Amino acid sequence: MYAQQVETGVKAVKSLAEMGPEERAFQEKIDAEIKIEAKNWMPDNYRKTLIRQISQHAHSEIVGMLPEGNWVTRAPTLKRKLQLMAKIQDEAGHGLYLYSAMETLGADRDEEIEKLHSGRAKYSSIFNYPTLNWADMGAVGWLVDGAAIVNQVVLQRTSYGPYSRAMIRICKEESFHQRQGYEILLHMMRHGTQAQKDMVQDAINRLWWPSLMMFGPSDAESPNSAQSMAWKIKRHTNDELRQRFIDQTVPQLEILGCTAPDPDLKWNEERGHYDFGEIQWEEFYEVLKGNGPCNRERLETRRNAIQDGAWVREAAVAHANKKQKQQAAA
Amino acid sequence: MTQYDELTEFLLRLGDSALIQAQRLCEWTGRAPAIEEEMGMMNVGLDLVGQARNWYEYAAERINDGTDADVLAFRRDERAFRNLLLVEQPNGDFAVTMTKQFFYDAWQFHLLTILKDAKDERISAIATKSLKEVIYHLRRSSQWVERLGDGTDESHQRMEKAIDTVWRFTVELVEKNAAEVALAESGDIPSLAELPEQWLATVNEVFAKATLTVPDAPSTFYLSARTGMHTEHLGILLAEMQFLQRAYPDASW
Repeated sequence: MYAQQVETGVKAVKSLAEMGPEERAFQEKIDAEIKIEAKNWMPDNYRKTLIRQISQHAHSEIVGMLPEGNWVTRAPTLKRKLQLMAKIQDEAGHGLYLYSAMETLGADRDEEIEKLHSGRAKYSSIFNYPTLNWADMGAVGWLVDGAAIVNQVVLQRTSYGPYSRAMIRICKEESFHQRQGYEILLHMMRHGTQAQKDMVQDAINRLWWPSLMMFGPSDAESPNSAQSMAWKIKRHTNDELRQRFIDQTVPQLEILGCTAPDPDLKWNEERGHYDFGEIQWEEFYEVLKGNGPCNRERLETRRNAIQDGAWVREAAVAHANKKQKQQAAA
Repeated sequence: MTQYDELTEFLLRLGDSALIQAQRLCEWTGRAPAIEEEMGMMNVGLDLVGQARNWYEYAAERINDGTDADVLAFRRDERAFRNLLLVEQPNGDFAVTMTKQFFYDAWQFHLLTILKDAKDERISAIATKSLKEVIYHLRRSSQWVERLGDGTDESHQRMEKAIDTVWRFTVELVEKNAAEVALAESGDIPSLAELPEQWLATVNEVFAKATLTVPDAPSTFYLSARTGMHTEHLGILLAEMQFLQRAYPDASW
């Protein structure tokens, strides 16, 4: 998950007849559901689109550690502390794994991170919202990881082999995080005090809409979807996935005994889906532009981490070089 | 201030040190010098919280007044905490963090090696399990001390400064203590008489590879975690760590 509005650099999807022989062979492979591997020929825009999408995804894993870092020092029990620490560790691992998948396309991790820090690369808009009470650690797991899974389950079948395999591995851990997040909330609702129940509802009220925005703009506003779908990087549209997420989440919300901050949310018998209210897209675009509640803090923290750690990485390289020379001399 | 029997106090010293060290590692989330280190620090932190929980559970059984591991971790005041002063010190830069980690890991390694032969089966079992983890912790922090000490001029200077900052707190790692001598004499734990020398030998060995100077033996420090006389940093750390349990005493998490 965590990739929104990935630019494909393509204005109109070509038909097979319009393609040269290499591109046609490539597209036919995709149409036949054969995975593209790192060494295979691929159109430049396919490569660039994937680099953009996978790096965005990796950045999101790393930036996504920050809202949790806000509570890991305040986790209320040893068990909850262990769970949250393990989740953060998994996310760092996912980040590394995704950067590696991205590097198979010829991109460089440090360069892509530099793009993030200079504002030229994105990460998921959701992490620009603050985590304001402990229930947020449950709601992030349930809603944010939940939304991520809906996307990622589909991405397991994405056309690029290394990305697809990364997703298969990551999905397993994300499902675990989602169940754990939901359990945090369920415990507070079933065994908690009124103050705790209020925390849960407050967390849902704040994170509900931003979670729905994670799927990206509606199909009408997604100029890049058609090409990404033709390349089978994407396999379903943003609106389809958003609907799937809502349909599976509302019953869980009811089990919690909580409500969504959406008066228009109701089951539509005819469609066999939940109807829901209008998403405030203005807010989404503002957050993407950098004007969300925590954009500045998140990027500043990441920039500082890399800048403050420069001497450490330099020392590690210098030491490794010394060792190598010693070994060569011996 | 509650003072438990000597063995329970000893268990709390182990549990509290592990928990506070882990808490400081948690503060690094999203701020480490490389993603690999985010994973490394969380990995060590996870082990330490797990170890703390094991020591606390045994301590709680001995105290036997309905307390449990979470109450011990989240409801005691700073004067009741028995952690090493070293681990409560602020993280500083990566050099300070790694120097603290290394001193602590070396202490844990030798202490647990001794404790795994304890007659008390609980202590022996927890020490044996913890030691497997700590062998990896010590390897990791020793390697970092070596890299940073023998890396660039800047990293070397930062390490010298870090050592200067925290060295005084290592007095607790090498001092002989009457309570532990008594525990050994009564057979509750094996003798810890060799621990100071073993710890110092590891420091000497790693510092030599790291081209770092081992300072003179630290002088007596007038604070001691054994009597709950901490530095001012612990109170603030606990205020953060214990916030939810203190603010919502009737809650269930």
